[in-house]
Amino acid sequence: MSECVLRTRDLRKEFGKGDALVRAVVEVSLEVAAAETVAIMGPSGCGKSTLLHLLGGLERPSGGSIEVAGSAVDRLGERALAKLRRTAIGFVFQAFHLIDELTARENVELPALLAGRSPRVARRRATELLERVGLADRASFRPAALSGGQRQRVAVARALSNEPLVVLADEPTGNLDSAATLEVLRLFDSLRATGQTLVIVTHDSRIAATADRLISMRDGAFVDETRLTGGTRGSLGALAGLEG
Amino acid sequence: MGRLLLVGRLAVRDIRHRPAETALALLAIGAVAAVLTLGLILHGVTANPYQATRTATKGPDLVAQGPDASQVAGVTRLAGVTASSGPFASTAASLSTARYTGTAMVQGRTGTEAAVDQPSVTAGAWVRPGGVVLERAFATSLGVGVGDRITLNYKHFTVAGLAVSTAWPPYPELCETGCMIGGPELSAPAANAPDLNGRPGVIWATESDVRSISSYFGLNYVVNVTLKDPAQAAAIVNGPARIQANLTDWEDISTADALLVTDEQTVLQVGTFLIVLLALASVALLAGGRMIEQTRRVGLLKAAGGTPDLVAGLLLAEHLAIALAAAGAGLLAGWLIAPVLSSPGAGLIGTPSAPSLTLGVVGLVLAAALGVALLATLVPAIRAARTSTVSALAATSSSGARRRKRLIALSTRLPVPLLIGLRLAARRPRRSLLTMASTAVTTTSVTAVLVFHSTASLSYVSQQGIANPIIQRDSEALFAVAALLIVLAVVNAVFTGWVTAVDARRSSALTQALGATPRQLLQAQAAAQGIAALPGVIAGVPLGIALFGAASHAHTISLPSAGLLALAALGILTAVAALAVVPARAVARGSISGVLQAELA
Repeated sequence: MSECVLRTRDLRKEFGKGDALVRAVVEVSLEVAAAETVAIMGPSGCGKSTLLHLLGGLERPSGGSIEVAGSAVDRLGERALAKLRRTAIGFVFQAFHLIDELTARENVELPALLAGRSPRVARRRATELLERVGLADRASFRPAALSGGQRQRVAVARALSNEPLVVLADEPTGNLDSAATLEVLRLFDSLRATGQTLVIVTHDSRIAATADRLISMRDGAFVDETRLTGGTRGSLGALAGLEG
Repeated sequence: MGRLLLVGRLAVRDIRHRPAETALALLAIGAVAAVLTLGLILHGVTANPYQATRTATKGPDLVAQGPDASQVAGVTRLAGVTASSGPFASTAASLSTARYTGTAMVQGRTGTEAAVDQPSVTAGAWVRPGGVVLERAFATSLGVGVGDRITLNYKHFTVAGLAVSTAWPPYPELCETGCMIGGPELSAPAANAPDLNGRPGVIWATESDVRSISSYFGLNYVVNVTLKDPAQAAAIVNGPARIQANLTDWEDISTADALLVTDEQTVLQVGTFLIVLLALASVALLAGGRMIEQTRRVGLLKAAGGTPDLVAGLLLAEHLAIALAAAGAGLLAGWLIAPVLSSPGAGLIGTPSAPSLTLGVVGLVLAAALGVALLATLVPAIRAARTSTVSALAATSSSGARRRKRLIALSTRLPVPLLIGLRLAARRPRRSLLTMASTAVTTTSVTAVLVFHSTASLSYVSQQGIANPIIQRDSEALFAVAALLIVLAVVNAVFTGWVTAVDARRSSALTQALGATPRQLLQAQAAAQGIAALPGVIAGVPLGIALFGAASHAHTISLPSAGLLALAALGILTAVAALAVVPARAVARGSISGVLQAELA
């Protein structure tokens, strides 16, 4: 077993009080090993996104513990959380969340600059990443001039900017058409191949099929877990049913 | 370095991406900087022209006057007197020109140059039999020039020339230092004496001409002296009486000279205060509006590891950069406009000291501009820093839930536009408060202008229609400040309308999807603004009257008619409501489904 980069124990998240109490995440325990890809699936409102926000320190848990690279995320202050997000975590959102006024390269540079890297280093890293996601020729384009798939690839490149221990992706293909979904699936597959740790929340069984492990959630709790050891590599397109 | 680059890059791109908003913020803060610059560099601007005129006219350090020539001449025997002129006979006279009747103090002079107080002729020639010289500011107000005919106590004279002097304050402040016209010191006027109306001005004539018109009001005598130490003049005036005469020192005359710009400065000071209030509201609305637009960006920056400080710093940096640019523009504008407002008037010669931008002035203006930006941006910046990352990424609003049950119950009985408008206004109580404050400031300034004109017109009547340069200058300054305030208020109203429309875009789209018409939504925006502005308008009218009373020190305030005040208040309220429709119409252009789909993204 590889080193564990992310661990939760009896994680809980509740919203509201009394009659309005909503248990979004219920006693979730999870371990994610380095270089592992974990897909979390479940119906809308089952608590997938909330779990991802808890893992990334965007939400505070109501109970239980979270560790990322040995740091107890649930006990960190705002500044320490921000530092953790800069150095150890990369986010990919369903809605891309690119900054409209910045070019693709400048969007990818953003986390590196936030981490205090020099502008030269940030630029070099952004250029490398855009080449890696196949968008070197779109580096100076603004988001409005990019297709949905291209925007999501820029967002993935941005998530990788500071070489995070784990990339947390929230419905990364949720806003994309079939062709764009395939682009992103290929990109995630290449990330997995390079040993990037990934936690992907998705509705899409095709993207879940690319994972090492598939966890099903319902009503805030894990209800099933399946290990998909290497079944998808090399036959992604056919499996996903997007080619031909 | 990297973070600085990021903050700078985002701030610059954001400014470039929103030129209209940037221009409006520049206008709001620039107005503060310009008016403050004007107020600061106008201080003491009359000192230079007064000194120049004093030198050119051999201005006196002490002026003595009284009905007994030998008593008045006693001033020349005081210790420290180095030179003197007089006694000059003078009398009060009723003046008639082709257009006006007024009052003059006519002083007798000889053709030879006086050792002290030799008025400097600026047009025409010095006195001659039948030819009189008018003090220039007085002549300007009367609209007479060299060669014109006037009558003094029914006797005809020709205007031989115009001159300035520092022995008396220029029109209309002649009696500010004690002119002894119509006072108890003069002998009782003759039974057939003409009426003396309005503020007097100085006229110089030959001694014989003065005596020829003195039968109605008698003679008075004036002696001017210079002192070895002019600084002792005030001590002599205020010390124990050593001679039977009224004494005036040069500092009193200088102060009376400065009255020409004193009111102007008061107007600018009060105006600066009001403009600062409005600018604060403008920038706060702008910053708040940007926050609404940038909610997701805040979420993204936080998700990518940006600290709350960085998020707040970004918003602050943007507005502080705008404030710096606005301060520069305001300093330049104030410096360019200052010479116009600092003109010493026709009563003095020379030009005011070139308005100089000292380090102190630059520092104060910069501090004020940055202070306005900081104060107005601080709350939105702190709110941005504290926003939950998840809420920001979802761009959801929490404060929309502040509507109260009672309000909802009340609004259900209202027509649709009022129903939505009332809920829109109640949704953001702080924004409604800013609208109310902005409207109150506007109404206050408009009311002050109306009261000023009403009071000034009363003064004009008592002046027999002769133009009063102080009132003219005050009117110009007040008009300029009020115009600037109204421009800022319009900007505020448009800002508020825009922010409200952007903020309510989703709920408006939903309301339309449920059957409301675009017209009803626009009317609702107007109603929301009108509801928030109403208390401001109601408070602004008495505040404007009180402000005028406090700032003008006027003995008598003439209020405009209640109808005019009500019309002005109604006009302001209508304008504020109507101005909300312009940005609302622009924001409403997007398709309903587009807005509702964006909510899902």
